[in-house]
Amino acid sequence: MSTNAAPAGREIRFEPIDVGRWFVWGFTALVFLVLPLIFRSGFAITLLSQMGILIVFALSYNMIFGQGGMLSFGHAVYSGLGAFFAIHAMNWISAGTLPLPISLLPLVGGVFGALFGVLFGYVTTKKAGTPFAMITLGIGEMVFAASLMFPGFFGGEGGISGNRVVGEPFLGITYGPAIQVYYLIATWCFVSMVAMFAFSHTPLGRISNAVRDNPERAEFLGYDTQRVRYLVLIVSAFFAGISGGLAAINFEIVTAENVSAARSGGVLLAAFIGGAMFFFGPIIGSVIFVLFAIALSEWTKAWQFYLGVFFVVMVMYAPGGVASLILMNLRVMKYRLFGRMRDAYTGVLLSGAVLLVGLILLVEMSYHLTLNFATGSRTKIFGFGFDGAQPEFWVLAVGTTIGGALAFEAMRRRFASDWGAVQEQIEDQVQREQRA
Amino acid sequence: MDLSLFAITLLNGLSYGLLLFMLSSGLTLIFSMMGVLNFAHASFYMLGAYFAYQISTWVGYWPALVLAPVLVGAVGALVEKYGLRRVHKWGHVPELLFTFGLSFIIVELVQIVWGRAAVPYKVPEELQGPLFTLFTTSFPTYRGFMMLIALLMLVAIWLVLTRTRIGLVIQASLTHPETVEALGHNVPRVFMLTFAGGTALAGLAGVIGGNAFVTEPSMAALVGSIIFVVVVVGGMGSLAGAFVASLLIGTMQTFAIVIDYSGLKLLEDVGLVVTESNPLHGLLRLTLAQVAPILPYLLLVLVLIFRPKGLMGTREG
Repeated sequence: MSTNAAPAGREIRFEPIDVGRWFVWGFTALVFLVLPLIFRSGFAITLLSQMGILIVFALSYNMIFGQGGMLSFGHAVYSGLGAFFAIHAMNWISAGTLPLPISLLPLVGGVFGALFGVLFGYVTTKKAGTPFAMITLGIGEMVFAASLMFPGFFGGEGGISGNRVVGEPFLGITYGPAIQVYYLIATWCFVSMVAMFAFSHTPLGRISNAVRDNPERAEFLGYDTQRVRYLVLIVSAFFAGISGGLAAINFEIVTAENVSAARSGGVLLAAFIGGAMFFFGPIIGSVIFVLFAIALSEWTKAWQFYLGVFFVVMVMYAPGGVASLILMNLRVMKYRLFGRMRDAYTGVLLSGAVLLVGLILLVEMSYHLTLNFATGSRTKIFGFGFDGAQPEFWVLAVGTTIGGALAFEAMRRRFASDWGAVQEQIEDQVQREQRA
Repeated sequence: MDLSLFAITLLNGLSYGLLLFMLSSGLTLIFSMMGVLNFAHASFYMLGAYFAYQISTWVGYWPALVLAPVLVGAVGALVEKYGLRRVHKWGHVPELLFTFGLSFIIVELVQIVWGRAAVPYKVPEELQGPLFTLFTTSFPTYRGFMMLIALLMLVAIWLVLTRTRIGLVIQASLTHPETVEALGHNVPRVFMLTFAGGTALAGLAGVIGGNAFVTEPSMAALVGSIIFVVVVVGGMGSLAGAFVASLLIGTMQTFAIVIDYSGLKLLEDVGLVVTESNPLHGLLRLTLAQVAPILPYLLLVLVLIFRPKGLMGTREG
């Protein structure tokens, strides 16, 4: 923002942005409403529900990671413990000892998530940066180990299960059918999204950005950085707990896996792949993650391998996540330079597809050989039959991979130089506009 | 607990602690030099075990003891050169995330190549059996061998770091990388060598730890979080601290496992009886052996509250 703009001029500018914001949120609500009408199958509803749960979780994670600069490896502690309390509350509701509608159950998860945020956050937020990351990992492992130690509360290996269909139906809502649960999740997800977006604009949300970018300077301004981290972590743990409560309602079972390191790692992957530097990044990331974890895992056992490779490629080449890729391409389109990138894109995408096919052949054949040995060496990939015991298939796979890799590297270089040229031109144009 | 059991447990604890130090020393060296917390460090430990298993099925255990760490170090060098160096310009968090993603990939690769079940990686015949027996309890030869290797490695690191030219360059690069570069040393190469060396140490730990424990895809996750605890408790970037914390946590965990004593018994011994109706009964019933897995993390929390720098750390961050 230019420094010489008059304060009065700034205030006027808020109004059109607000209209835009109403439009964006209205559109989001509409999408939540319409999606299950388009994708009607039971599998699609399952996917959508899980996406909603993960969106809340990933946004809450990004509150500390992207906005607060705290890389945590133990965020599942808050969602998982919230989920455990929610499932116990659900059982108390079934037993008639707790007068609470199921619709408000996520709040139970949220409150207990926040309580554990108060407890663990006191220790973890004493540090920032890498030590914070390691301590959250330690706390996560501690809670996971403890969860197997107290079978009374955590249910041991089998976990705690409940039944969400309790009490009298209210306006015909019983939460028996999956679609009703989806709309409950969608409502909570939408409300949480709005609340978390609003939080990012509060003074606390803003100062957490400052603590992320320059803790020393924030301290000189008179803010206690440790306290800011602590408070943000508590708020984030609250929303994580809400997602845990939603998970308890959706799955009707909570196990130690809910507090595991795998869960904490998963939310980190989702937030980063989507784009931690943008508010809406984790939403995209959650959708991608659920597609990998549930849709792709239907097809292949190696989905975690693909997810890991995808993540590492993103870290190396697009640290801003998918959100930054979208925004940068939108910028290129805005300046009408996309036509110049078309050839470069075609080359990169085609050669990348060849490389991907080669890699998939290699991975699937090896996986099939080691893990499904009993069923023989033949397997189907992309609908074609492959035999891992025949060398010609390996020659084909290795050849495709090497050919794809060579072509991709050449195309990538060309893409990089074209991309650099286009970005330079845009920068030039921006500067010219500013001068004008 | 009688004295012989105590002595054997102490020795077992020390051998486990020394193994932890082989891991945490590499992690500490890499961290203090490059500022990178190598999240995949335990994955290199696992690679060491699997490589050693594979090589030992071909040419036997003794060549594997040398070859596997070298191979792991080579993998580490490649990872540093083609992966970490690229993300270095974006700061420490992307570097940490890179190694985090790498740990994912390595676990999956190991499963692709060697399957999901544990592999039969065994202690070689000449090292099987007890080394000595104290009254009724015996101490396995292989544990002694582990301690010997770890101590040899400890001396070797110390000699390399303090007595050789490259060691001096490494030490100087720890604190003053720009000055070292200005003096004409290739600091990126020093980084690569340090990373390779650290991962090779992890690989060596895998070679001798893999058959002492179990070689399976979950072994990296099992030990990974413990070595992070060691590094934080000892003080980030302090080799001496890592050494003390490794031995402390190693002996603590080993002792906790053999002590079958609970809070309930403690209270009974002083004359208090807690019945099952007491809400604290579930907590007090747990024996020390049962809570052993969380002890390192409790220690971590306590250290952070009372001594945030770690036992021997100099920096707080």
